[in-house]
Amino acid sequence: MEDRVTNILLSGVGGQGTILASDILCSVFHEVGYDVKKAEVHGMAQRGGDVTTHFRFGKKVYSPLIKYGDVDYLVSFELLEGLRYINWLKKSGKVLLNNQETYPPAVTRGTMKYPENVFKSFKRFFNGNVYAINGLDIAVECGDSRAVNIVTLGAFSNFFDIKEEVWEKNLLEHLPKKVHDLNLKAFREGKKAIS
Amino acid sequence: MEKVLQGNHAIARGAWEAGVKVACAYPGTPSSEIIFVIGTQYKNDIQAEWSVNEKVSLEVASGASMAGARAMASMKHVGLNVASDPLMTLSYTGVKGGLVVVVADDPYAHSSQNEQDSRHWTRFGKMPMLEPSDSQECKDFTKLGFDLSEQYDTPVLLRTETRVSHSFSIVKLEERRESAMPLGLNKKDAPKFTMVPIYVRERRPLVEERMRKLEAFADEFKYNVMEINDPKIGVITSGVCYNYTKEVFPEYSYLKIGMVWPLPKKLISDFFKKVKKVIIVEELDPFLETEIRAMGYKIFHGKDVVPSIYELSPEIIEKSLKGKRYKAPKERIKAEELPRRPPNMCSGCSHRPMFYALKKLDLFVFGDIGCYTLAAAPPLNAIHTTICMGAGVGEAFGAAKVLGKEGLGKACAVLGDSTFLHGGVAPLMDIVYNKGNSTTIILDNRATGMTGLQEHPGTGYTITGEPTNIIDYETLARAIGVQHVRKVDPYNIKETMEIIKEEVERDAASVIVMVNGPCMLHRREKRQFEHAFYTIDTDKCRGCTMCLEIGCPAISWQEVSGDQAVTKDGHKRKGVVQINRLQCPGCSVCGQICKFEAIIPGQA
Repeated sequence: MEDRVTNILLSGVGGQGTILASDILCSVFHEVGYDVKKAEVHGMAQRGGDVTTHFRFGKKVYSPLIKYGDVDYLVSFELLEGLRYINWLKKSGKVLLNNQETYPPAVTRGTMKYPENVFKSFKRFFNGNVYAINGLDIAVECGDSRAVNIVTLGAFSNFFDIKEEVWEKNLLEHLPKKVHDLNLKAFREGKKAIS
Repeated sequence: MEKVLQGNHAIARGAWEAGVKVACAYPGTPSSEIIFVIGTQYKNDIQAEWSVNEKVSLEVASGASMAGARAMASMKHVGLNVASDPLMTLSYTGVKGGLVVVVADDPYAHSSQNEQDSRHWTRFGKMPMLEPSDSQECKDFTKLGFDLSEQYDTPVLLRTETRVSHSFSIVKLEERRESAMPLGLNKKDAPKFTMVPIYVRERRPLVEERMRKLEAFADEFKYNVMEINDPKIGVITSGVCYNYTKEVFPEYSYLKIGMVWPLPKKLISDFFKKVKKVIIVEELDPFLETEIRAMGYKIFHGKDVVPSIYELSPEIIEKSLKGKRYKAPKERIKAEELPRRPPNMCSGCSHRPMFYALKKLDLFVFGDIGCYTLAAAPPLNAIHTTICMGAGVGEAFGAAKVLGKEGLGKACAVLGDSTFLHGGVAPLMDIVYNKGNSTTIILDNRATGMTGLQEHPGTGYTITGEPTNIIDYETLARAIGVQHVRKVDPYNIKETMEIIKEEVERDAASVIVMVNGPCMLHRREKRQFEHAFYTIDTDKCRGCTMCLEIGCPAISWQEVSGDQAVTKDGHKRKGVVQINRLQCPGCSVCGQICKFEAIIPGQA
């Protein structure tokens, strides 16, 4: 195991299930033997605000918060919420974007514009390290739009050399039985989306 | 067995392992999960309760302690202000069963009305305070707190903060051990627990003696840890700040303080001998710094460079300590110029039409703490004070005293159901008793909403979901002596405005109870709306933006041009609004506001 700590920033909008996705990440990396720490930043997430989770794993992790500019992987469940954290990435950072737009109040009221070409903005700085999925479409095809978090997690699992069984076992442990099949499908379809 | 646990969950687990029998709390971010976890996962061994407020929490817990049981009360930082009355005297009486008071600070006020530093209570109240830095320590320190409490006959404070309470890390789980102390009350304990002057003076020297013993213990305490690495610079720190600093300066030497009061004087002295320069890193106030300077030591850096407001983070500490040598990461875009995404009332929320009505009536609104405080933000801008729970009721009365008859019809107080029970009943009595004329509006949404829909004495259920008594607000108000009690359905805006207008203009105390407006996130209680959703008749929408003034997340603006820039009946327009069908619960509020009949029930 290398000493270096890996920093993952997950960002999205309240209700998108980013916290569940980060819980699963925590269990997976703990199971394969890493020290893990996770901090959730969600003032009032249920009320439509932005939600970010700092997840860190390595041999020994001290801070629960990632240092600004030290993010290795940015996983964004919503485009604007991804762009908001572009400065947090290392130069060598990798980006996974879920192509979904949820308008914040200033945009719905017409006082500000939703940013255009978020994908291109990331491409400009990170070139080949930017990946995008249409997570919502995939989730709907799997049977429930709410599975977008698991689709995204499936896509993100490609970045790590961890067996699919470990991912799927921990995924199921965090979900009620009646949605197991749906979420397994969502995870696998998400994994296919960028492999 | 190991498990990844949230800090709050680890505290709950620690209480369970320590053999705690009673645990009480009033919800408050970032502390709420502690009692929730106990009330759901450990309810067979621990009697958990949502108390009416933090003072009651601590009183119930201390009573359990007097009867020999280990007991805990947990609260957010401002909750301890409420509970401070019993706390300051419990310091004199000490305990029988171990008593731990958890206080969760919120630097940066992520979800609070101030960012007070709770470490001051420990010195002020003359009782020890433990400060964990991660989930494992949350569990270990909680257990240790109960041992120390019994050993030194003192309440023990356990201080966390948002990043400890709400972060997750690995915890080794152990089994529960019941306390060996027999349960029962003993009248011979009266001098210990009856703080009348004669007994106060007996207990007073014991408090000093206890603190001296604890001071000696501090030097031996295994969680006050010295790590000598590079002897040039040593950092004295505690809690999550240790983790932040260690992250950016792993090469420095450290004195990590696990018990922030009383301080380990010998250990501090040893540390100063072992390192050349000492830096103190702590969040909020210079608590450690003031004490250590008072011991006569010279400090290389402390609050001269480390901010004493807002929360710290690895980069803030790096920047503070490196000064000009700090190299900021490259800025790729101006992120602060992106549209923000502040929290908002849910679509369909009963607070929205209520605050729209208050705004239309042009009232000065004395507010309180809850989801409805979001009405202070644009576009509603309909809350004009927020201090603490229950405060608005008394404030409205105070203002009414000064303004006299001139003030009639100009102001009111609003507060939630849970906050009314927490701190609003006493000021309401005060209004009636002192012949006031102000109006109090109880926004009953059937839960302590903002902190996550906890039960309270008005909901009819306990923390474990058992049915219980339901407080009836009208009966309560009438018993206090309020003659004018009205009920309003907030979704009928016209009628709501009429009732509020009548009551605020009345020269007598009045109470208005909002009914049939449960929180939209409530699972048990749901309001049935007449229509499934509303939609825009784009032929009629003139783009007047009136409906955007309620800030509903389901309604959005879209610019139009060409053929679209005119309504069917020939009115020019710059844009039209749209309603997101998936988000709209059909509350009809926007429909009532539209003057052009352009917002209509949708056809499913």
